Amino acid sequence: MTTLILAGGRVVDPTQKLDEITDVAIVDGKIDSIGRGLATGSGKRTAKDSEGAEVIDCAGLVVSPGFIDVHCHLREPGREDVETIATGAAAAAAGGFTAVCAMPNTDPVTDNQAAVGFVVRQSIRAGMARVYPIGAISVGQKGETLAEFGEMVSAGAVAVSDDGRPVVSAHLMRTALEYARTFDVPVADHCEEPTLASGGAMNEGPTSMRLGLKGIPAEAEEIMAIRDILLARRTGGHIHLCHMSTRGSVELIKWGKDRGIRVTAEVCPHHLSLTEDAVENYNTQAKMNPPLRLADDVAALQQAVKDGVIDVIATDHAPHHYDEKEREFADAPNGIVGLETALAVNITWLVKTKIIGLPLLVEKMSCAPARIFHLPGGSLRRGSPADVTIFDPGAEWVVDASKFRTKGRNTPYQGMTLAGKVHYTIIDGRIAYR
Amino acid sequence: MKPGSALGKDLLALEPLSSEQIKLILDTAEPFKEISERAIKKVPTLRGATIVNLFFESSTRTRVSFEFAEKRLSADTVNVASSGSSVSKGETLVDTARNLEAMRIDMVVIRHGASGAAQFLASRIESNVINAGDGTHEHPTQGLLDLLTLRDHFKTLDGIKVCIVGDVLHSRVARSNIWGLRKMGAEVGVCGPRSLLPNAIDDWDVHVFDRIEAAIEWADALNILRLQLERMQLGYIPSLREYNRVFGVTRERLDRAGRDILILHPGPMNRGVEIDSDVADGPFSVILDQVTNGVAVRMAVLYLLSGGKPELAEKAKGGVP
Repeated sequence: MTTLILAGGRVVDPTQKLDEITDVAIVDGKIDSIGRGLATGSGKRTAKDSEGAEVIDCAGLVVSPGFIDVHCHLREPGREDVETIATGAAAAAAGGFTAVCAMPNTDPVTDNQAAVGFVVRQSIRAGMARVYPIGAISVGQKGETLAEFGEMVSAGAVAVSDDGRPVVSAHLMRTALEYARTFDVPVADHCEEPTLASGGAMNEGPTSMRLGLKGIPAEAEEIMAIRDILLARRTGGHIHLCHMSTRGSVELIKWGKDRGIRVTAEVCPHHLSLTEDAVENYNTQAKMNPPLRLADDVAALQQAVKDGVIDVIATDHAPHHYDEKEREFADAPNGIVGLETALAVNITWLVKTKIIGLPLLVEKMSCAPARIFHLPGGSLRRGSPADVTIFDPGAEWVVDASKFRTKGRNTPYQGMTLAGKVHYTIIDGRIAYR
Repeated sequence: MKPGSALGKDLLALEPLSSEQIKLILDTAEPFKEISERAIKKVPTLRGATIVNLFFESSTRTRVSFEFAEKRLSADTVNVASSGSSVSKGETLVDTARNLEAMRIDMVVIRHGASGAAQFLASRIESNVINAGDGTHEHPTQGLLDLLTLRDHFKTLDGIKVCIVGDVLHSRVARSNIWGLRKMGAEVGVCGPRSLLPNAIDDWDVHVFDRIEAAIEWADALNILRLQLERMQLGYIPSLREYNRVFGVTRERLDRAGRDILILHPGPMNRGVEIDSDVADGPFSVILDQVTNGVAVRMAVLYLLSGGKPELAEKAKGGVP
């Protein structure tokens, strides 16, 4: 029996409405008990034997259920030069994530049980953050025929998505939503109306006009978001809208939720913190899809996190090779790394600014992702897997991409001072990062 | 490389320039005009300087204009086009530039299909960079030669009304004109089908005309943009025929204004589409003056970026740098 005591931290677990200074005992990879005095042996505890227990002093730190990222790109198989499941899982642990969901836009595409099984095996081999595969909606992400959801779910897929590409055919999306009900997995969509967004490199607006870059209008996202919401209404399926970026999308999601439609939505830290101004001077480190929008959109998304219209914060971690970003803006690939900055960006722009408190942040980064994607973790209840993140919300640090564990160096936060530092990431009762 | 330049290291766009800097370029261009009128069109101002003309997009007018400007200032020039160079073998822009720079060059003139390409290059090499057109962003020397041509005619830019006609959405000439004209105190109008005007056009302090007749009534000068023929295939407008019927600048439409309206066009023209031949070749057309001024403006830019003193511009034509 191995015992780990997390002593004297501020334990924040929204699933138990818990936010107090106390101790957490972990026994054999499970949450065993929470209560004062566990560390000293003076309090009540259910762990029978505290002899030889390792004690982590958590004074001044927050102890929360481990973060879960429902949207990241780990590039393996196919682009092991920019990320592997091992480096991605290590980066996740360093960012406080105990589990991440890997999008299927790999090469070959994760669109069958064998490919899903490969991700699972590589995850186990890596032994860092748990990596849950997301299977493709369509074979080869081509948007034509449905992939084998049943076999992929049996092999370990936790959701289906053609992320990176929108599901253009409304019929295919309808069918996917219906078919996925059998297996009770969410259908995650990258909302982008391709004929409107075609060739776009940034948000459409005054800045794109000035820089002479083709814009992606907000409506490219919103048209697909409302299409998906309406199809979820028709089918009773669970639509999960990836990386929402506009005020209009927020209003549409609210419309759907108000009517009881099974729609959930995520937002990325960068869309909660940066505007299209970051693209100034053709900065390819701020090029992503959906693009950074306007201050009004950022404000609407922040408010939507607070109001519950947006369910989860997900990173859309997308590593690229240095050379790929070092080129003409229109030709540079979309995406930034996010696993190792997510917590600090969220704290800096949401918590320090008093838009939300820490319990709500933990809800968005841990509890809600687990609930929506039906994953273990996301709670410190007795018997839950001992996936725990311990962080100092006040500690400031300067972002230095060269120190990242991800192979990607593509971040728009380089050189910025952010607040919120992970001290320990505990996965399955094991300290995976300190 | 030459930090003492009145324009800074590079000329990438008119947007960041002050009205004083623009005026300086135009004033410096004046004495350079005369050099091109001589029998021996050459001064030793840039003798020993090496300039690479890096043209990733096809260009006749701009490339030849830059080359004449460079040669008339006695610079050594090399032309690199994307086809037949290592670019066609997949070399990246930054590698191409670094390799050229390793041969110890002084300036790069770049024309590129990607917006921001000139700025990208400028931030990565030591040499002076001149933007000869980047994607749909800016074409600053075209904007400057348009300003010079307008100033020649109206004697001032302050308060004149210039309407840019056509595909503003995809036009780097339009952007450079809008910045340059507004900084110099001109009033700017744009006229074209709404599908070829930027959606955010109202954010710019310009008059928007939906009808060419209204634009002609308002303007002192029209700068008529080339209608890229592929815009029709991409569905921005239904046909060239209708474009000419609705937006074409014709003799008849100009006559209705009852006064002289100066006609500019950056070329190459689609006669019978955006401009009728009797307008292009008519008495108020300054289209060829623009081309002549292009050489002088580019000489001025090269001279100023190389560290030439503004007050020496007059002397420069005498060959004493």
